[in-house]
Amino acid sequence: MSDDIPPMEAYRYPDGSITYPGHPVGPDGEEPVGTVDLSDYTATVLTWTTSTATPPGVRAPNTLAIVEFDVDGEPVRAIGQVTDEDEVEIGDEVEPVYCEELREPGAGIREPASQDWDGYQFKPL
Amino acid sequence: MDRVAIIGASMTQFGKRDAWIRELLAEAGQSALADAGISPDEVEHLYVSNMASGEFEGQTGVPNALAHDLAAMPAYTARIDQTSSSGGAGVYAAWQSVASGASDMTMLVGGEKMTHRTTAEATDVIASLTHPVEYKHGVTLPSFAGLTARLYLDTYDAPRESLGKVAVKNHKNGLDNPHAQFRKEVDLDTVLDSPIVADPLRLYDFCPITDGSAALVFCPESVAREYTDDYVVISGIGGATDTHVVHERADPTTMGGVVNSSEIAYEMADLEPEDIDVAELHDMFTILEFLQSEDLGFFEKGEGWKAVEEGVTDRDGELPINTSGGLKSKGHPLGASGVAQVYEIYKQLIGDAGERQVDADVGLACNVGGFGNCVITTIMESR
Repeated sequence: MSDDIPPMEAYRYPDGSITYPGHPVGPDGEEPVGTVDLSDYTATVLTWTTSTATPPGVRAPNTLAIVEFDVDGEPVRAIGQVTDEDEVEIGDEVEPVYCEELREPGAGIREPASQDWDGYQFKPL
Repeated sequence: MDRVAIIGASMTQFGKRDAWIRELLAEAGQSALADAGISPDEVEHLYVSNMASGEFEGQTGVPNALAHDLAAMPAYTARIDQTSSSGGAGVYAAWQSVASGASDMTMLVGGEKMTHRTTAEATDVIASLTHPVEYKHGVTLPSFAGLTARLYLDTYDAPRESLGKVAVKNHKNGLDNPHAQFRKEVDLDTVLDSPIVADPLRLYDFCPITDGSAALVFCPESVAREYTDDYVVISGIGGATDTHVVHERADPTTMGGVVNSSEIAYEMADLEPEDIDVAELHDMFTILEFLQSEDLGFFEKGEGWKAVEEGVTDRDGELPINTSGGLKSKGHPLGASGVAQVYEIYKQLIGDAGERQVDADVGLACNVGGFGNCVITTIMESR
């Protein structure tokens, strides 16, 4: 991966669990002990939907999937857009693909400076 | 112990209204005062359930505005926001105020004004409750419903038609609710042929965007007897949260907040799921009626859809669910919905539900915020 593309960063906690996104403390209440870049892994589609009634600044239609990564035996789930024009089914394998702007900042109600707008879409393999 | 009673209730017409938030709240508030037979100066605590009057309308400070409009000063007042479960959280706050002895007469008014916004704008206001990693992908509450419905149908081998039958049932019930936004029957083909909103869910799997308000009056049971013979008691109430990030839940087809809040409520009431005679569930999306009916313990996990297929949850079934028409046909003015659920159970338990009346001594309301992020379960009994 090139240096200017940010990782798809998940946090690892002392009990071995991993969450995406990371949180100040993990499910067991303990602070994280490390990070994992999920963009180094592929994932399996747990479920998906195509949303047609999308909010301001969001592509329409918007196909979304909840996927599950297997990080050395530890399951980690994430949600994200499916890459443009692509279709997925439950059980499909996908890879994370970086996207500079997932949604137009400022078009919706959320303060643009309060969060990131880039991230990873899922592309079927 | 002196139990907490509800002695009066009201709800406005739900739907597209010309009135703004202050007027909607005052309309329901005045009607509830009249229904309970109390004067405004008797109100000691006044709670307002509302998610987003600032975002929708640019009107904040609604509890104080309502206190003035009802001439209820100097009542203590506060706004209760728990997103879509603001109404249930208001019931919790009102119950707490009376149970603690802080107030001997509490009014709760829930309301929301939404229809002046486009569907896209209203969807975005509601979606603003999501985590940044969800929001940036354009995730909305309807898209959570589509994701979960697909997984539910796949996991439990349930037919798509079963979801449609929830909409058919609740629209049929709403026909007899004079306050409902939609008072028209829909058949299964209409539901299944309606436009896709979040595949596999279609337009008729979703509740509408709605303006409206509802109100309740609470007091200790010992005080209630001075006013009326027609009151109900809150015998159990529980609130619980689940993860903010929805995909982090171990089983996406289980709503932990429903499981946990109902366990608290059942224990407080010393009742079991099979003791419930009638229930109002948060059918913001048809799939939610299945998830809640299972997570409340009415049916086994993965079996809720069969109950709808077999007519168990029809108005004349063994366990009528959403006799009011539910959010599906009645409408979903966010802050009002949890209050209106309790309004329906109150009416059923005092025998004043008109054409919708069922035989019930114990009723339950389950109000869901976010996609199960916050949940309030309330159990009520005839006196």
